[in-house]
Amino acid sequence: MAKGKRKVPGLNGSSMADISFIMLIFFLVTTSMDTDRGLHVRLPNPPDENIEQDPPKIRKRNSLIVNVNMHGQVMVTQGEKAGIEVQISELRQLAKDFIENREDRMDYPEKHAVELPAPFGVQMITDKHVISLQTDRAVAYDIYFQVSNELYGAYNELRDELARRTFGYGYKECNEDQQLAIRQYYKCMISEAEPRSYGPQQ
Amino acid sequence: MPELNTSSLPDLIFSILFFFMIVTSMREVELKVEFKTPAGTELEKLERKSLVSNIYIGKPTREFRAKLGTQSRIQLNDKFADVSHIREYIQDERASLAERDKPFMKVSIKGDKDTQMGIITDVKMELRKAWALSIVYSAAQR
Repeated sequence: MAKGKRKVPGLNGSSMADISFIMLIFFLVTTSMDTDRGLHVRLPNPPDENIEQDPPKIRKRNSLIVNVNMHGQVMVTQGEKAGIEVQISELRQLAKDFIENREDRMDYPEKHAVELPAPFGVQMITDKHVISLQTDRAVAYDIYFQVSNELYGAYNELRDELARRTFGYGYKECNEDQQLAIRQYYKCMISEAEPRSYGPQQ
Repeated sequence: MPELNTSSLPDLIFSILFFFMIVTSMREVELKVEFKTPAGTELEKLERKSLVSNIYIGKPTREFRAKLGTQSRIQLNDKFADVSHIREYIQDERASLAERDKPFMKVSIKGDKDTQMGIITDVKMELRKAWALSIVYSAAQR
């Protein structure tokens, strides 16, 4: 017997591919790529039931009321002006003009000098403006969502433009401190009133 | 003709397998409502899924329709729920988070497009009362 000549038989690994194929197919089927996206919103603090609160007084020129009725029509009332019916697609530009008040118009929100973090320093901003969103209870969620999307979009666009003006790149590329400063420059002031029901409910 | 050497095939398949194992996330609840989320443009990604609690709002699926009708319903975890259950649900969800994660808790509202705002508003009011103020309207990118 020549001991050195004995050969260890190799493990047959040809079925390994099949096994891993089966597992691969299993995971392929069960997987759902993480594509969870959404509109991030911050709700106001809960109302304090013990204290009777008067609603805060807001000067007319500082308020933009967006009203969605039960048919999904959008009406915008700004300051002393009469309400106008607008399309959802027009809402963004309208809100942007209102928030920014670039020409310092008398009928748009008043500007105050506010101390902001660097690099802005003291700036004149419309810190008292309020966008009030009122929705009827019978409106479809989709319409409410589209309206909110446009309003938040107005803030996002203004912030992005400001970032490009000051830093030379978009809001998303800014670091955290810069984003914080920009967010204080254009502070999100969307208030959602309790929806009222005007018409008969289904 | 020389045969093709397939000995590296398992390795190849294994690496694809691992990729899918990592990205996969099993659906944790069985959906009892149907919903089609609205489409928007100002969306952000949900970063840490473990911090997110879901509230599903939509029409009951076909098997429940005979019993519950086609009006929109709320689903929390595995069962249908009422608006009044939300506060309890949020408290449970918050208790299951680590102490340092609690301030970053988010609630994702997965609502059907055609749901009436009434339900959504009631849910939002309950969320406010439960101090779950950071919410996300789940939506598809337009």
